[in-house]
Amino acid sequence: MRIFIACLLLFTSLARAELTIEITRGSDKPVSIAIVPFGWEKGVALPDDIAGIVSSDLHRSGQFEPFKREDMLSQPKTDAEVFYRDWRALGVDYLVIGQTKATETGYAANYALFDVNQQRKIMSGDESGGRSNVRDIAHAISDRIYEKITNIKGAFGTKLLYVSARRLEGNAQMFRLVMSDIDGAREKVLLEQREPILTPSWSPNGKIIAYVSFETTRPGVYLHNLETGQRIQLTNYPGINGSPAWSPDGKSLAMVLSKDGNPEIYVMDIKSQVLRRVTNHFAIDTEPDWMEDSKSLIFTSDRGGKPQIYKVDVATGRVQRLTFEGDYNARGRVLAGGQGIVMVHRVDGKFHIAVQDLKRGRVSILTETTLDESPSMAPNNSILLYATKYNGRGVLAAVSIDGNVQYRLPSEYGDVREPAWSPFLR
Amino acid sequence: MKNKNLQMLGVVFSAVLLAACSSTDVEEGGEVNSGQSLSGFDGSVSGGSGAAGAQGFEQNEPAAEEEQMADLNSVFYFEFDSSSLTADARADLDAQIDRLRDSVGTIRLEGHADERGTREYNIALGERRAQAVADYMVLNGISRYRIETVSYGEERPLSFGQGESAWSENRRVELK
Repeated sequence: MRIFIACLLLFTSLARAELTIEITRGSDKPVSIAIVPFGWEKGVALPDDIAGIVSSDLHRSGQFEPFKREDMLSQPKTDAEVFYRDWRALGVDYLVIGQTKATETGYAANYALFDVNQQRKIMSGDESGGRSNVRDIAHAISDRIYEKITNIKGAFGTKLLYVSARRLEGNAQMFRLVMSDIDGAREKVLLEQREPILTPSWSPNGKIIAYVSFETTRPGVYLHNLETGQRIQLTNYPGINGSPAWSPDGKSLAMVLSKDGNPEIYVMDIKSQVLRRVTNHFAIDTEPDWMEDSKSLIFTSDRGGKPQIYKVDVATGRVQRLTFEGDYNARGRVLAGGQGIVMVHRVDGKFHIAVQDLKRGRVSILTETTLDESPSMAPNNSILLYATKYNGRGVLAAVSIDGNVQYRLPSEYGDVREPAWSPFLR
Repeated sequence: MKNKNLQMLGVVFSAVLLAACSSTDVEEGGEVNSGQSLSGFDGSVSGGSGAAGAQGFEQNEPAAEEEQMADLNSVFYFEFDSSSLTADARADLDAQIDRLRDSVGTIRLEGHADERGTREYNIALGERRAQAVADYMVLNGISRYRIETVSYGEERPLSFGQGESAWSENRRVELK
């Protein structure tokens, strides 16, 4: 029976994407880029439209405005067919052309990027992959183009973890842990059960994830190998087993346990599974995340009366308060580079996502909705995903670190929450 | 079929890990504790090797008790951002405690929070509420070892709506 259900699920998830994308606000001055439909060898029909995927990747970044296909004066496939003045007349800044072909094992694409104003080719390359990897080829091309023009490493080939919950009869719910491409495509259900799942966390190499599951009717921290599908239950203490967070060096897992009476931060050495208690206070200490050096953690605590974010040195246990603005700051996540944190920040009873500069302490609110939580930053610091409510349903949304770009990923399957953006995977 | 193979693989993997870990398991004093590290590797429902607090919670109450329990209120509500027992909650709890004093079964207290705020912080708030109920029970003569607390935070709402009326229904502790 279980196998039958699993097959059915596989079928439904192939048939329909759980997440779609609605861009709600873009940058004020996006770069105009034309991505011409790629040419292909006769008789080869690609299962996906590479130029279309590249267009939507760059559009979603908010920094680019892809030029409409139907308004193109020509659709060049080779360098010789490119006429700069046509594109300049249309106000296009950059032009991408390419061709695809079948290989023995899958597909290959070559592409070229032109600077229309300087009238020269500034990059060319090729990417290849298996038959089911056309989207990977497209995302890799997007990454290269994005990096060439913005000087920021592209993160279009990364993955997303999230949790969805669908209401069944009465108060029962079906929870799913899902992995997808960062644009919501190619989702794969990793775990499905009637007991809650929360706080998915990526290992730095992107191969293993940790999360909390209530499948035994009590919370436990689990490790799940994405390549083999193997899972192990790591903790089963009385009380809370929660908030797993992988250290950047991959050696330790921070977590929250209340086995000694109230929630405290612990660090487990993965190899030996030896636990070390890091905090020691009668207040709530929870939601750890690592600083880049893997030597200190930030965490949420109400030791001052209201939840605020603190930093603790793992070796010495020395604690330092980081947030002072507002009466609710929680679920801090350290930005790549360590210069700031994103967090849930309450203003006038409304929960927003905010970013705090750790040097100067300045706080900027990034979101306008009211029940925002679980911020998760792209590994290139460009855009962060978070969970919010839209039309009464849980959805994922994204905002750029400057607040200028926003988009939503509404789900067709229940409420969606707990986004976790993967590290770079290549 | 594929699933079954994966499950088998998982069992083998678990067994190997179990063997590997039991030989290198280090007991350290003070704040370091590795005694629990093997739990759950067997992939069965409640794990349990050496989980002191998980022992003795068999959860099989006599049928007569369940019937009796049906007449009593077993959900206790809390104010926003609070884990203090209200007068109503105390009255309901007193009735439950009278019943529980005469029994020997285990008591499971499930703590819950409303959806506002972050999920893991709400898990902690739910636990604080469940512990407030547990403390009140212990103060009134129920043995601590009979009580298990589990917090679901905001993950299992009673009311799926938004707004204060839904939220007030969800800030609760349920006696199971």
